[in-house]
Amino acid sequence: MDNEGKKTRIVKDIKVDTTKCAGCRACEIACSAFHAIPKFSSVNTARSRIMVVMDEVRDIFVPIRAGDYAQAECNGRNVYVIDGKEYDECTFCPASCPSRDAFKDPDSGFPLKCDMCEDVPPLKKPMCVEACTFGALTYEEREEVVETEPQKFGEMEIGLKTLIKKYGLKKVMDTIARVSKE
Amino acid sequence: MRYTETGFQLEIDLTRGSIDKVETDPRETALHLGGNGIAAKLLFDRVPPGTDPFSPDNLLIFGNGLLNGTPVPGANRVAVNTIAPVNGLMGHSLMGGMFGPELKLAGWDRIVLRGKSPDLVYIAIHNDKVEIRDARHLRGKGMHDTSRLIKEELKDNRAWVATIGPAGEHRSYLASIDCGNSSAARTVGPVMGDKKVKAIAVRGTKDIHLAHPAELWEMCSRLRKELDANLNVGDWMATDEDDSFHHNNFSWGNARVRRKNFWSKELEERWRNLKYDHMSRQTGCWNCPKACHNVIKWPNRRRFSYKCYGKDTYHMAAFQELDFTYEILPIAQDLGLDSYSTPQTIAFALELLGAGILAEKDFPGMPSGIRERFYYLLHKIAFREGIGDILADGVSKAAERIGKGAEKYDHNTVKKFEQLPIKLGKLNPAYFLMIATGEDMAITQIEGSFPQDPIPDPEIREEFIKKWVAVPDKKFAEWFRQWEKRDQLPDDAMVAIVDWNECMHYLDDSLGFCGFVSSFRGQFGGATGYHVWNMPQIITLASGMEFDKDRLWKCFQRNRNLVRALNARLGLRRFMERPPEDHWAVRNEEYEQQLLTKYYDFKGWTFDGIPTKETLENLSLGYVAEDLIKRGILTGNEATALNDVRAKKEKN
Repeated sequence: MDNEGKKTRIVKDIKVDTTKCAGCRACEIACSAFHAIPKFSSVNTARSRIMVVMDEVRDIFVPIRAGDYAQAECNGRNVYVIDGKEYDECTFCPASCPSRDAFKDPDSGFPLKCDMCEDVPPLKKPMCVEACTFGALTYEEREEVVETEPQKFGEMEIGLKTLIKKYGLKKVMDTIARVSKE
Repeated sequence: MRYTETGFQLEIDLTRGSIDKVETDPRETALHLGGNGIAAKLLFDRVPPGTDPFSPDNLLIFGNGLLNGTPVPGANRVAVNTIAPVNGLMGHSLMGGMFGPELKLAGWDRIVLRGKSPDLVYIAIHNDKVEIRDARHLRGKGMHDTSRLIKEELKDNRAWVATIGPAGEHRSYLASIDCGNSSAARTVGPVMGDKKVKAIAVRGTKDIHLAHPAELWEMCSRLRKELDANLNVGDWMATDEDDSFHHNNFSWGNARVRRKNFWSKELEERWRNLKYDHMSRQTGCWNCPKACHNVIKWPNRRRFSYKCYGKDTYHMAAFQELDFTYEILPIAQDLGLDSYSTPQTIAFALELLGAGILAEKDFPGMPSGIRERFYYLLHKIAFREGIGDILADGVSKAAERIGKGAEKYDHNTVKKFEQLPIKLGKLNPAYFLMIATGEDMAITQIEGSFPQDPIPDPEIREEFIKKWVAVPDKKFAEWFRQWEKRDQLPDDAMVAIVDWNECMHYLDDSLGFCGFVSSFRGQFGGATGYHVWNMPQIITLASGMEFDKDRLWKCFQRNRNLVRALNARLGLRRFMERPPEDHWAVRNEEYEQQLLTKYYDFKGWTFDGIPTKETLENLSLGYVAEDLIKRGILTGNEATALNDVRAKKEKN
């Protein structure tokens, strides 16, 4: 922690270049195999925490990673036009959401979330990035400065300060010394 | 527990509307692997000879290769097999993409369709939930709309839909079955239409289990990187802008005209721009680091993709340029027409018109421009209207139906199947054997493992041999060392080379490998991705079955002989194994027949090209021999071809 109430931390991220995706689903396969128990013992793309949204006719190839669970489906059904291509809002949405079965474990229905393939020892890069030979996925670690809040007093500190104010420091210390001997 | 395969096949009787989940015998997997091997067994066991391909008793099988859906890169091909209406023999077509792996994720190694639905239906598969649903509202719809509407109906955008277009519905022999960017072309499309199955939608969310997880993953990660870096594998036609090879050497129109000086640098530059100005991206198949499909957006056309020689067929048949292919291909694909046989058939029809065998009245309202004529005939064929009804049967059958000398214009088919339009000056023994005896009924025939040409420089040649890992036996390296002229190697060598080429295709088609990372890619540069030395280890790690090269080779021989026996039972005989008469300018009938005899002998077949009893028994196919004997196709006492009296006469 530095003096200005700010600190840095490592943020892991996977960057997506949608123009490079060839739609081979190697990322989905690698993800599901890595998270299988025992590791690599099965392939099931429905268990993958990454999913390629694919539509050749609209030339849409977007790998998205599972994010947080959304308790309710959103109202947003916006259509975005990027480089002349129309995308539905869901195309980019990482949520495991009630309106679709993406990012839900097919057996239990529990939401799945990308964990960046945390492992012991740590991997050089997440499995999906490793599997993507087209360069659509790239792993990135960057330092990010995070503001820290000023230190807050705990409950006991606040109580003691009140007692000192009322009885004086000496009396309070004497009392603590006596009580601790009992 | 079964590894790499699910252990279940989906059997649907469309007449009765019954749907069965049938557990399969793992011993059959050990014998035939999967794909076309198991399909050949099913067709042999269940479809008796004499069955009309358009009868409810014919089967249509979508069979996963054994390794589909696993982490093995480039394994995704599903073999589609049936008894083909075009020639009454086993039909075999392959499609890559996503359909096979998705089917396996749904818990099925294959789908076996029999019977015939009373009206148009589609099949919806979501794991164990399988429904036969009404598809009357999809009648006449193109590939794209069918797929989109079914996904909307099922409320599942992640489903993969294999569908036929109007061409398939009208049982055109030129029809294909498409799923996404992949296509199982010809022989099988008309049978799907005949069974009145418009489409099959698949969605799977089950596990595919692997026997030795960590080792397999390690090996596959390495292979993925190797395939990615290996410039010898994948489809060169997707990236190589110099396409002088096909345009200067293959025949144009109705496989008739060669334009040896067609290609130029100016043309190459123009076509390069044409492509990159309209290409959205390149796409691949399931778990493959090669992206062989070019996705094109042409003005006033729906975005589409093509691969390989499909880039050239339409404009070469019409004597046009690449822009014509880009313009017509999305329309033809959407109608569900195959891009190899369709342009040849159209060019054939126009040649008949020019020759006066067909008349103007056979083409009412046909425009005069060549491009417009192609569109006109495309629609006539897809909907079997007027002359299109005859042409929809493909060149060979159409020539038969038209008569009046039209047969002479059917000059590029083998076993009634349209071939690549390669017309050569003189015979190349290996090529002769491949095109004559191949039963793949696919356009690639069976070439691919042995290099197409010798290397003149001895140093470079030695360097090549040193790195030549794929070679299954050192005798091939020895022959390669001696090889100087393309068509000159001892007959024994030619025969063994063809056998190796064929071996790789049969292994690919039963394991699920794409030829572009395996069987088809040794011929240029030698360094293909998969070969008989690494395949056994992959099978062992994935499936748990102990495999080595010899056992794998035996699987090839078993599948090859089973296909041959099946076809022999369906009427395939020696006289049908011949390339078109004008396939090379100078024919040497006597030598060709000698080669054929030697090849049959090497294969353990009779002089008539039928596997002998002994050959079949050595491959655990005793029941096949018994069947052939019972039907009078074999006596059981035949010797192999060279020991036949007729062969001895041949020599004199």
